[in-house]
Amino acid sequence: MSAITRDEVVHLARLSRLALREDELDHLATQLDDIISAVARVQEVAAENIPPTSHALPLTNVLRADQVRPGLTPEQALSGAPAAEEQRFKVPRILDEEA
Amino acid sequence: MIKKTAADLAALIASGEASAVEVAQAHLDRIAAVDGSVNAFLHVDEDIVLEQARAVDAKRAAGERLGPLAGVPIAHKDVFTTKDMPTTCSSAILDGWRPPYDATVTARLREAGLVILGKTNMDEFAMGSSTENSAYGPTHNPWDLTKIPGGSSGGSSAAVAAYEAPLATGTDTGGSIRQPAAVTGLVGMKPTYGGSSRYGLIAFASSLDTPGPLARTVLDAALLHEAFSGHDPMDSTSIDQPVPPVVEAARRADVEGLRIGVVKEFGGEGYQPGVLARFHEAVELLESLGAKVVEVSCPHFTYALPAYYLIAPSECSSNLARFDAMRYGLRVGDDGARSAEEVMALTRAEGFGPEVKRRIMLGTYALSSGYYDAYYGKAQQVRTLIGRDFDAAYTQVDVLVSPTTPTTAFPIGERADDPMAMYLADLCTIPSNLAGNAAISVPCGLADEDRMPVGLQIMAPVLADDRVYRVGAAVEKALEDRWGGPLLKEAPEL
Repeated sequence: MSAITRDEVVHLARLSRLALREDELDHLATQLDDIISAVARVQEVAAENIPPTSHALPLTNVLRADQVRPGLTPEQALSGAPAAEEQRFKVPRILDEEA
Repeated sequence: MIKKTAADLAALIASGEASAVEVAQAHLDRIAAVDGSVNAFLHVDEDIVLEQARAVDAKRAAGERLGPLAGVPIAHKDVFTTKDMPTTCSSAILDGWRPPYDATVTARLREAGLVILGKTNMDEFAMGSSTENSAYGPTHNPWDLTKIPGGSSGGSSAAVAAYEAPLATGTDTGGSIRQPAAVTGLVGMKPTYGGSSRYGLIAFASSLDTPGPLARTVLDAALLHEAFSGHDPMDSTSIDQPVPPVVEAARRADVEGLRIGVVKEFGGEGYQPGVLARFHEAVELLESLGAKVVEVSCPHFTYALPAYYLIAPSECSSNLARFDAMRYGLRVGDDGARSAEEVMALTRAEGFGPEVKRRIMLGTYALSSGYYDAYYGKAQQVRTLIGRDFDAAYTQVDVLVSPTTPTTAFPIGERADDPMAMYLADLCTIPSNLAGNAAISVPCGLADEDRMPVGLQIMAPVLADDRVYRVGAAVEKALEDRWGGPLLKEAPEL
């Protein structure tokens, strides 16, 4: 039995915002199946009552004084933008026509 | 000139026997001569290099105090932002991007007077073990141009091994400094997580990513480590403590009275005989130098690889969401009719390479509802158990040792479309990333089968970075006495 179906791979590509070609989806379905079957070994470990670790070292929140300090100018912030207009990032439409 | 160590070059420049410009020019000439066949660099701008070198010479002429690496050239991994050079992470999605700011590591190299020669090739977004996953072509191992230089910091390792630079920066998320160092006969160090800043380091897996040095000697690595490490208020996971005394430890170079643990789980099936032979010799050498060697068991280390290949892709799927075609980088398919979401998906499909897509998809899977507990959650529990294995081991020993990699450098193309085979290259290096430990790789000889370099990995607890330098330097000294010089003199002329 395969760990992941092709339909699931199509769904994952959509969630990942990757417009993959059919041949890419075919190839990835096989590879992801191999990888997921291999990494599923973590489920063999007896881990009842073991807390999860998200970070190796303890984390503490870092705050700074709420004071104005130098940052990027609008020109610097927009310097890599694919499109800009009136000191703003120009993006394709984000709403449907009728919305 | 180009074969000198960073420490020696700094001394020549400080004494005025050589100018920083002469040193920079010698390395630029070397790059021009050999990089066509090595492909270590993505970007070199001679004018910017010489400008930096002239600034160091001017400072010296003005009688200003120079840092211990002032004027020394360095190859800088293209994962760090640099405001005067493009930063691409070897990805088409960032082709030609000029960041508006410097990474903290970049800024500290500049403050220390290091001369940045250019940006080095890498696996795209630091995902890989061979530097084949680059939008700009693979880098070649200077020991054998048909073989991989390791990865993801493979441009950096190749540049230093080919004498194009005496020093290089790297980043290590699952072994990306230590493995390239091992397979090119260099020293490569992963500092304690949080010991070096991630600010301006383009994120792959934020709980694991650690900047570190690559060099031809242990002392050079320590000097570079000291130059760019230490607390950074711009990185919330940066440790607010002094940098461990790594340079002093590298100069001390002894193992007298140290307890060294050999990790039982790393060896046997799947390991190249020549790698194991050099590793066992290195262990015997440590014993002959006065260390007490014992075998220790870290039973969960065998689950480190599967846990890592859930945790790292999960973090990557989240981190790489920033490449949305809106604020910087590539945008394709924006014809005025398509929606932002369609443009985003088309851009990401065109801009990311196959390995990056695989990891984003895998991470998205591991984090999705219904699978989270069985995969990501379970991997995080394994991470706890690996940390506990280390803690238990360090009650018995001061450092742990293993081979750095199961095999020597493999041929370019051999594992390119076999992800699981590629992932095995990180087998021994991953546990230290999951636990945030300090770990170094130092050369320990050539494998008999292929005459390619083998690395010895030395691991120590969090913030005991100095300890791995001390042991690494002792091994280096004893082996160079035996070999009559550095291992790299065995490499063929390019």
